[in-house]
Amino acid sequence: MSNATVVVVTSGKGGVGKTTSTAAIASALAKEGYQVCAVDFDVGLRNLDLIMGAERRVVFDLVNVVRGEASIKQALVRDKKLNNLFLLPASQTRDKDALTEEGVASVISELRMYFDWVICDSPAGIERGATLAMRYADEAIIVSNPEVSSVRDCDRIIGLLDAKTKVAEDGNRMPKHLLITRYDVERAKAGDMLATDDVVDILSVPLIGVVPESKDVLKASNVGVPVTVSDENSPAAKAYTEATRRLLGENIPVTIPEEKKSLLGKIFKGRAA
Amino acid sequence: MNILSFFGKRNETASVAKNRLQILLAHERANDGSDALLISSLREDILAVVAKRVDIDPDSVRLEMDRTGDVTTLEIDIELPAARAS
Repeated sequence: MSNATVVVVTSGKGGVGKTTSTAAIASALAKEGYQVCAVDFDVGLRNLDLIMGAERRVVFDLVNVVRGEASIKQALVRDKKLNNLFLLPASQTRDKDALTEEGVASVISELRMYFDWVICDSPAGIERGATLAMRYADEAIIVSNPEVSSVRDCDRIIGLLDAKTKVAEDGNRMPKHLLITRYDVERAKAGDMLATDDVVDILSVPLIGVVPESKDVLKASNVGVPVTVSDENSPAAKAYTEATRRLLGENIPVTIPEEKKSLLGKIFKGRAA
Repeated sequence: MNILSFFGKRNETASVAKNRLQILLAHERANDGSDALLISSLREDILAVVAKRVDIDPDSVRLEMDRTGDVTTLEIDIELPAARAS
């Protein structure tokens, strides 16, 4: 019998990479041998199934479980490659009140018994779905792009994490990790994009990883295999794997992605050193 | 890489972004709705004072708060009736 750590992956803003990050980190944890469940809280707009390549095997979903129409074990979809990785899909219902607080509480507490890690993929926004996704979390991964609107929305989410979660209501501080995604090395270097230090400075949340903008992420979603499994040597996969090791408590410095140097650049760099 | 970055002087929109965010978030974090309450109470008080001497339309008193860095300014705009103004 396990007692899972429940992690919410959240951001406020849509399109920053919550689902991609959930899939990549859940897979990386499973590769380390842990029993992992990824839960899609984006009711009405589920996509984690697609990113994890499980879309054709979804039968029951989170709302069915919350309503008592299916058991958790019936609803869990096992990953094709990693047999210790499961997905609890969101439903496609348009009913906004499909999830109840009590229902989510009981699902999470049951998942805690079966798994080592429960990774909750939050919907965008600050409404019911997002607050329920973070409600019973033990830790939060805040996903931000190095861009003003994304950073501002993260700030709102941090406020909610410190006010609306069970951990906060019990008088404790929610442990938070900042994951910067879609980081473009060249643009950051040219001063056209917020640097990682700027984002960390502004949000005052410790950095768990910096994922470079990468074609491999799109390719991974095309084929429905998380990037940490499909292409583990790609820079994005390495960044996610590193972030996962930090989530596991390893104390390793964060690698800030660097520009790929041309052969000529390498020679000059070599001479200068 | 453009010529500016070559000489080390960078034309940074990123630093503008950082400054804007810092100011905005400092405000948003502190803002608990008390600003709106302050503005509307001040507006009522000002209206009452002016109405003692001049017959004005309540909508002709406008208050705006503006934050620039550490300084907050309050702009009060009162439009007097045409007869009085002359």
